Amino acid sequence: MFSFSSIEEYLRDLLHGRTTCKEAVQYFLDNISSAQHLNAFLEVYGAEALQRAAELDQQRQENPNSIGKLHGVVIGLKDVIIYKNHKLSAASKVLEGYEAVYNATAVERLLAEGAIVIGRQNCDEFAMGSSNENSAFGKVLNAKDNTRVPGGSSGGSAVAVQAGLCMVSLGSDTGGSVRQPADFCGIVGLKPSYGRVSRYGLIAYASSFDQIGIFGHNVADAALVLEVVAGEDEFDSTVSNEPVGSYVSNIKSNSDKKYKIACFRQALEHPILDAEIKTSIFNTIEKLKSEGHEIEMVDFDYLDYIVPTYYILTTAEASSNLSRFDGVRYGHRTKEKNVDLSAFYKKSRSEGFGIEVQKRIMLGSFVLSAGYFDAYFTKAQKVRQLLKKATKEIFSQYDLLIMPTVTAPAFRFGEKSEDPIEMYLSDIYTVFANLVGIPAISLPLYQHSNGMPFGLQVLAPMFKEDEMLQFSDKVMEIKAL
Amino acid sequence: MSDAKEKYEVVIGLEVHAQLATESKLFCGDSASFGAEPNTHVSPITLAHPGTLPKTNKKAVEYAVKMGIACHCEIAPFTYFSRKNYFYPDLPKGYQVSQNVHPICDKGYITIHTNGTKRNVLLDHIHLEDDAGKSIHDLYPDYTCIDLNRAGTPLIEIVSLPDMHSAEEAFQYVTEIRRLVRWIGICDGNMEEGSLRCDANVSIRLKGEIKLGTKVEVKNLNSIRNVKRAIEFEVERMIKMVENGEKIIQQTRSYDADKNITFALRDKEEANDYRYFPEPDLAPIELTEKDVQRIKELLPALPQDLQADFVEKYGLSAYDAEQLTLEKDTADFFLQTANISNQYKAIANWITGPLRQLANDQQIDFSQLQMAPEQIAGTIQIIDEGKVNFSIASSKILPALLGNPDATALDIATKENLLQTSDTGELEAWIDEALASMPDKVKEYQKGKKGLIGLFVGQVKKISKGKADPKITTELLQQKLG
Repeated sequence: MFSFSSIEEYLRDLLHGRTTCKEAVQYFLDNISSAQHLNAFLEVYGAEALQRAAELDQQRQENPNSIGKLHGVVIGLKDVIIYKNHKLSAASKVLEGYEAVYNATAVERLLAEGAIVIGRQNCDEFAMGSSNENSAFGKVLNAKDNTRVPGGSSGGSAVAVQAGLCMVSLGSDTGGSVRQPADFCGIVGLKPSYGRVSRYGLIAYASSFDQIGIFGHNVADAALVLEVVAGEDEFDSTVSNEPVGSYVSNIKSNSDKKYKIACFRQALEHPILDAEIKTSIFNTIEKLKSEGHEIEMVDFDYLDYIVPTYYILTTAEASSNLSRFDGVRYGHRTKEKNVDLSAFYKKSRSEGFGIEVQKRIMLGSFVLSAGYFDAYFTKAQKVRQLLKKATKEIFSQYDLLIMPTVTAPAFRFGEKSEDPIEMYLSDIYTVFANLVGIPAISLPLYQHSNGMPFGLQVLAPMFKEDEMLQFSDKVMEIKAL
Repeated sequence: MSDAKEKYEVVIGLEVHAQLATESKLFCGDSASFGAEPNTHVSPITLAHPGTLPKTNKKAVEYAVKMGIACHCEIAPFTYFSRKNYFYPDLPKGYQVSQNVHPICDKGYITIHTNGTKRNVLLDHIHLEDDAGKSIHDLYPDYTCIDLNRAGTPLIEIVSLPDMHSAEEAFQYVTEIRRLVRWIGICDGNMEEGSLRCDANVSIRLKGEIKLGTKVEVKNLNSIRNVKRAIEFEVERMIKMVENGEKIIQQTRSYDADKNITFALRDKEEANDYRYFPEPDLAPIELTEKDVQRIKELLPALPQDLQADFVEKYGLSAYDAEQLTLEKDTADFFLQTANISNQYKAIANWITGPLRQLANDQQIDFSQLQMAPEQIAGTIQIIDEGKVNFSIASSKILPALLGNPDATALDIATKENLLQTSDTGELEAWIDEALASMPDKVKEYQKGKKGLIGLFVGQVKKISKGKADPKITTELLQQKLG
């Protein structure tokens, strides 16, 4: 009977003939079929995945010494990541009938290392949402408690890993869309530095915030996938040419480095924060101190500005990024005849986009419009610069930063959909990393008295994924002890 | 009306779009060439498929900087693109990538000549942007066709200050821009194919008034002549309106070349809010002084500099210098020929006369003339040596040299029996025939009207079909006539 605990172990089992890729794929397909109520997948590539698994098994038999880093690794893709010759929807009706004509750079790299894509995963429409209630194809259920949200926007990708429907998933994180659902589902969620992974082939929500992120059961799995997808790409001019680290071997090197860690006082003392989360993180701080790490409370006065800043800038970029979905070249086009050009656009887009997406397009158009641009967009950009500067200063004195990932564990469906401001405010701990571009990871360390898991967020300076992952792996060990 | 005209000052600013002659588009690898089958230069990036991203074409940046240097602009050390948002079916991304805050080239000027005076027309800036596709409305009654080959091709927009005061100045300004872009090789300057496009902002004000009048933007000026005609029409229209006590409203108008009129497209109130903001998908462009210097070194000598050289170093007249620098190919041909021959004035005459005529007759560019500088130098030499005269050389030898790179003028003159003869026997026969044909004139000459010698020489040349050496003919005539 197949079981999965880590990619490293799976690859070892494959090489020792204890399992096959085909067996693995079949195992996940069976799980998917018995977990259909979770609505994690929008489409499963069953036959195709089995076929690829068989080919990989064959290849491995012929040439066991030259297998890819992700040989036979069963991966799910959030349905905003482009996979050639497969449907793509962004969980929106606006992309009705659209089939991808090229591969995202990240997908290209996964495939080159032998990964098997098992399907495309449900999410909030165009990655806009914190609960996965905004999908045009229905909500995703948290596998731990089906009355609760899985988080968003990459809810399907998180639940797929949580419920054992694939080994790892790729999601996208614009303001926490990987870390928050990982937290809600009790798994690892990694958002790399801005520019670490090519965005070519990721549907743009907010270009200067978006990063492809990784869901996994453990830090090493996420690190391995990052190693494969990260790095320069001639198709993305915002991707960095900073060399990609050996994240996995770095973790294994197991240095006993003692870290100097900052923790924002205002974050832990924020009235919005759940009391149990606060206590748990304080306990962890004590534990880390006892392990010899240095942890200090640091004042950070900008906390209350980050959510408004985030929503102004991301909606502005989104309002422009989503202009291409106009029904002219592909996707949904209104069936109404004899409409003039302006009505054609209004009808096609109003019919195609859901409410949350429309709301953000309008908000973004507003903050960019003549007369308001300086008061909103320009001001928000200045705040962003201040935040970047302040962050740089903090990291000149500290190696890492820790914070909660969320204000409270997974809530129930409908609980926050009436109050968008409350929903937006709950992003307070995650949007910070996207505003300043730094890498961050949510580690599934805790369990709430309501039965739901929650996590600790670790953040590092730009392109210091290696240290962040090394430390994270250590923290997970402490938990295991 | 003409009295009324005198009261007003015309103020014109021009926005000239030049399509850069790069191989690929501004933000992707698709071909930027003109004239392919519709929708064949359209990758997923051009079509704005989900997830695609732009990447700046370095050559386009280089071309924009070249134009900036040629126009004496300040080149921005740091510049970025912005998105100009609007919906139109030929705009796949739903925004044009342009520059509204920090253009790549700031200020600068373009020198024009009108009525023999030289003046610098001041520029506001030059910026880089990508082009939209083409909407074709007149192919089917119920459909608009979209061709996205042009979508994403690189443009520079050269924006002048409102610094021109007549249609003639505008005409000279666009003419000069066209010469410049072709000269430095960044644009083919073809207005009919739309590689060079012009919008004119026109207003009038009473002479002495400081405040600018309400401006009207005139679009669809698809030839330099139409720039002039449209402005002339528009100025007349505006003066008439003001004289009749009407108010000019700010609007966009289009020029109809067939009817030679402008008509309103839209009023200012309907103007779009383009919601400009910095393009987050592209890294800013940073240009060091070294980069600019490197690009400067790639530039050919500019027309004004060459004109000065031609006068000072080669002793040409200002007129010849200007004629030679109308296009780069003629200037280059002059320099190449002047390397082999020191008959500078003759070279200039050959280029601006028979050679340009030959190109015009065949409706080809000067550069397409299959003629080597050596061949022209050789032609000039045999004229100088008295072996052929100019008219024979230009009418008989030149056409034979064309497309015949191995031939020399001397070969052809010899082969075609065109060499002037100094054989006195043959010459005397022609002279006798000539003199016999005009006995009256001979008498007049002998009575002292010595100026008639030219007539006799001409007659001999005619009879000899140009082969008579004029110098020897003159001597023989003088002997014969006493």
